[in-house]
Amino acid sequence: MADDVLIRARGLTKRFGDFTAVDGIDFELSRGEVFGFLGPNGAGKSSTMRMIGCVSPPSGGELTILGMDPAKNGPAIRARLGVVPQEDTLDVELTVRENLLIYGRYFGLRRDVIADRTAKLLDFVQLSERAGDQVEPLSGGMKRRLTIARSLISEPEILLLDEPTTGLDPQARHVVWDRLYRLKQQGVTLVLTTHYMDEAEQLCDRLVVMDGGKIAAEGSPRELIATYSTPEVLELRFTLDEQEHAPDKLADVPVARLEVLADRILLYTDDGDEALTAVRRRGLQPTTSLVRRSTLEDVFLRLTGRRLED
Amino acid sequence: MAAVPASQSRAFAFRQLRFWLVNYRRTWRGSIYSSVLSPVLYLGAMGLGLGKLVDQHGTASLGGVSYLAFLAPGLLAAGAMQTAMGESTYPILGSVKWLKTYQAAIASPLRPVDLFRGHLLFSTLRLVMNSVVFLIVMAAFGAIKSPWAIVSLPAAVLTGLAFAVPIEAYAITREKDGSFALLFRFGVIPLFLFSGTFFPVTQLPAVIRPLAYITPLWHGVALCRSLTLGTAQLLPSIGHTCYLLAVTALGVYAGNLTYRRRLYA
Repeated sequence: MADDVLIRARGLTKRFGDFTAVDGIDFELSRGEVFGFLGPNGAGKSSTMRMIGCVSPPSGGELTILGMDPAKNGPAIRARLGVVPQEDTLDVELTVRENLLIYGRYFGLRRDVIADRTAKLLDFVQLSERAGDQVEPLSGGMKRRLTIARSLISEPEILLLDEPTTGLDPQARHVVWDRLYRLKQQGVTLVLTTHYMDEAEQLCDRLVVMDGGKIAAEGSPRELIATYSTPEVLELRFTLDEQEHAPDKLADVPVARLEVLADRILLYTDDGDEALTAVRRRGLQPTTSLVRRSTLEDVFLRLTGRRLED
Repeated sequence: MAAVPASQSRAFAFRQLRFWLVNYRRTWRGSIYSSVLSPVLYLGAMGLGLGKLVDQHGTASLGGVSYLAFLAPGLLAAGAMQTAMGESTYPILGSVKWLKTYQAAIASPLRPVDLFRGHLLFSTLRLVMNSVVFLIVMAAFGAIKSPWAIVSLPAAVLTGLAFAVPIEAYAITREKDGSFALLFRFGVIPLFLFSGTFFPVTQLPAVIRPLAYITPLWHGVALCRSLTLGTAQLLPSIGHTCYLLAVTALGVYAGNLTYRRRLYA
């Protein structure tokens, strides 16, 4: 149903002077799905998010959000979006509750509606006890969760999350993931950018891999791995001397593909253990060896020749 | 282009005003102290103390009024300028650069222009508050000489806006607060001293007198003074008012552009 396409972009472009941040990308977002932009820093993810958020006019191409044109209907579109920006934009001098009050008022909500939703949202992000506290001393993870609560005060149809867990410690990240997963279960449409492949794999129904302002590939995490990688990967580390000559000696090991990184060598294969046996049979003694399943990191490496997190 | 009806636009600006009011709840006590204390100190020290010396030498060049009565309306206008300066520099840079509350606001239905107008409403409110307090202190000192003084309230607020609006339009373009220190040093302080607040501009050398006449503060001081002394004449008053309105209007035009440019990158 055409009605269920919430965002449609065709040849979407963003230029800053001579620099092209987003270079003619196409994508569609349907109601109820979790859609991700995966790519390294500088890939154009945030610029794309700002255009979707109607706070950055596109330099070219078409963009339709909720059936409307951002250039003409910015306020009407933004009224139906929730935004979790990459950098916290909370008013740290106000209390937790006041932050939600101010934000709710921006959307023209009545005070009693805001109070009602504030109680539920703070419960949802596990900050009820801090409702009356100033925001400043909260931890990074708490601030992030408060930002998520704030973005939900208007009950948005689409929630935009720009790098939702960047800068958080692993435990705080998992709490945020858990909350986002619950939102997904509730049927909220999520759009997120990330340079963490585990984040993309856990949360996204569908994603695009972005690099240098372009979309390099699109699909579900499973499809992307099936298309651009092998089921298993054998990771080998050698001593510094051996690392130099190892690639030559490994050249005739029967694997789909071989990637030489600075600190290790990756062998892409259907059966990692078999490949490891073949490596040992050639008299090579890796200091460590690891057989693992392919991830989106491998997809990215294959598509761009670079790693995601550098 | 923008499909936002006027009533909606007003509502948006008032939502942003509410943001400033919620913030102001935390600091209003301190600000009231300083807005009462500063006129008391200035009028006491300069109006009464220094004024006694001045009055002994005759006040013909002041128009025959006491130095206190001459000085007080000048300080009313100059105080409005300083209030304007305070409200439209650091709080603006803070919102866009340090706290990023402006970035949060534009993700909502509000537009850059609504943030601009919302803060101007708040600045206007602060100017009204401080000017009312100043006029009350003036009355207590016996420095009000005419019932026309009541009109000096809007005159002082307009003087403040002639500074607040352009400065706010400028502040949103800044990355660092260093330029504000320059603005204080080479803008506010010279204006404060040489725009007729403390002595008539006619005392200045003829060559630099025109400089005083083009500053908004001189127009504000002249207007406020003529009202509290009851010497206002129609044509000069209209002239001063139009000048201050024109500067304010230019600021509104500039601010619409600079706010959008800064926030909609």
